[in-house]
Amino acid sequence: MKVVLQNLTKKFPNRNKKVKDEVVAVDKFTYEIPDGKLIGLLGPSGCGKSTTLFMISGLEKPTDGKIFFGEDDVTELAPENRGVGLVFQNYALYPHMTVKQNILFPLENLKGNDKLTKNEMLKRAVDAAHLVQLDELLDRKPSELSGGQQQRVAIARALVKMPRVLLLDEPLSNLDARLRLQTREEIRRIQRETNITTIFVTHDQEEAMSISDEIVVMKAGVIQQTGAPQAVYDSPVNLFVAKFLGTPPINVFKGQIKEGKLYVGEDAVFSVDEADREVYVGIRPEGFIPAQEGVLHCELNGVEVMGRDVSVVTKNAACENPVVRSIVSAESVFPAAGVVSFNLKSNKVFVFDASNEERIFCELK
Amino acid sequence: MVYGKNQWKAWLYLSPALILLAVFTVWPIFNTLRMAFLENYGLMSANGGATFSFGIGNFLKVLQYKKFLNCLGNTMLLTVLTVPISTILALLIAVCLNSIKFLNRFLQTVYFLPYVTNSIAIGMVFAAMFNIVGNITSADLSETGNIIVTSGIINNIIEFFGGQPISWINAKSSYAANIAVMVIYIVWNALPFKILVLLGGLQSVNKQYYDAARVDGTSRARIFTRITVPLLSPMIAYVVITGFIGGFKEYSSVVGVFGVNMGPVGDAGRLNTMVGFIYDALENDNQGRASAAALILFVIIFAVTMLNLYVSKKKVKY
Repeated sequence: MKVVLQNLTKKFPNRNKKVKDEVVAVDKFTYEIPDGKLIGLLGPSGCGKSTTLFMISGLEKPTDGKIFFGEDDVTELAPENRGVGLVFQNYALYPHMTVKQNILFPLENLKGNDKLTKNEMLKRAVDAAHLVQLDELLDRKPSELSGGQQQRVAIARALVKMPRVLLLDEPLSNLDARLRLQTREEIRRIQRETNITTIFVTHDQEEAMSISDEIVVMKAGVIQQTGAPQAVYDSPVNLFVAKFLGTPPINVFKGQIKEGKLYVGEDAVFSVDEADREVYVGIRPEGFIPAQEGVLHCELNGVEVMGRDVSVVTKNAACENPVVRSIVSAESVFPAAGVVSFNLKSNKVFVFDASNEERIFCELK
Repeated sequence: MVYGKNQWKAWLYLSPALILLAVFTVWPIFNTLRMAFLENYGLMSANGGATFSFGIGNFLKVLQYKKFLNCLGNTMLLTVLTVPISTILALLIAVCLNSIKFLNRFLQTVYFLPYVTNSIAIGMVFAAMFNIVGNITSADLSETGNIIVTSGIINNIIEFFGGQPISWINAKSSYAANIAVMVIYIVWNALPFKILVLLGGLQSVNKQYYDAARVDGTSRARIFTRITVPLLSPMIAYVVITGFIGGFKEYSSVVGVFGVNMGPVGDAGRLNTMVGFIYDALENDNQGRASAAALILFVIIFAVTMLNLYVSKKKVKY
């Protein structure tokens, strides 16, 4: 089931009643989510990603715009008639019901033609529990489960009524680091097995990149960029997207284009065919190549060993980040202190106009 | 942890509460026990130098007393009727109050007003509402029991709809009518506290449970029975238990409506309660009997509370 969002807008009245201006949580969100794909809505907190999700679920009414599931316009439909499964950030499992009762609950609500017999319900619930590998835990209460298990109950409860669209709100944010890795694989697997169009919200770029077919990067209610995770990472359209994606984060330098040269601070690093102006230069940590005669000079702070790679921490006066962090192969040799030089990989360097932070697409030589 | 040198400070800070508890709680309880087991104990005769032998005569007398059984019956009946009614009503009102946005604060205040109003005053208002006022001479009543003039608003309403006025609380009124008035009064009086507790419970329920239920297409009735009530069950148990305890101590409500006669004119004591019985015994300088009755009341309340706790442990789900 593809999901089409057209000009979706949500405005909230200002909390301060004296201010007439409304708060625009989501602004003209237009996007088509292909059938059977896993989409990550990504952005910092308060960027409107959860609001978008709740509008798709029907819990929030859009101020403007339309939502289609396939060809059906569901904009005006109540949540229960949309056929969505929703997993809440804190799972919202009913604490007084067992796992089985929680999973059965949506089925017991079905009316009319959809009504199931007791045995059918039980079979579907057991199947859903099996899908999320909870077979052994059906008679436990939520309080007797770990965070990851609760998460899986919530997913089973959302899946059991066979929704057209599965929505997950920050599904991993309450889990510890190890469980997060495990559970995101689990979500990926479940999504592949069921082939249900899935939209999930996260502020964790790594999470979104690792399991999404496509990501939608949002800021202040506006879509910044959409596309396959790798494509967005390799070619961010503005400084925000570049900064938001990637761990360790991209190194941003103040620089300028002068007489056909791209300068980072005092160092001319590339030749470009662009008009002179102030720019930001973003360099991915993996874009540095240590070289005796390198073009970029930095003050060495230290080297952090990470096994396969080493992370070289240096300082550069032009850098906006507190330190310049580069990741290079462990075979590189560095002095204990002093100036180190790097050459740069041109495909890992992005130039942004300093006035509007938009990318300047240009060939770096 | 307070050691040696500073320990007296701890006792000093505790002393105001300890002294008050000792004087007004521990000593009276002890004294009640003592008086209950002294045969025919009376304060006046005790002051006069009389001595009393030890025994359980007070209890036997109390239990054989027909008046006492009547008081026990009234108290039980009122409690058993009012606790469920007021709890269910309070639950419905709390859920409704919680779901409206408009005038929410104002209505919360309105529903809370009875709580801060003197129960004797409320009783007098209820008496006026159910009363029959007019030049009814006692002779008229004793001969015919007819109602000559009605001005109580309840009877006015009944007459407006073409019904016959009922003698609710006046002479010759029926026991059922008396109890009905008392039930209405006690329920009305008990609602604010229960609404307050349940509303507080409702407001602390995570809104996401309701969002989750909505997405799953749960009907309102099912949300109420399957989600709201179980999630509120600890609060419901609390208001039921305190309701039973309060119900067994019912007294001032009857005084408010019927006056210290504890019954309609011509049948004083008909609606007397356990606490009323204790007061009467005290007035008749029979502290021994009063103490025995108080202990019996205590045992009953204790047993009912234990039963309540036992049931709620099975029913309160989380």
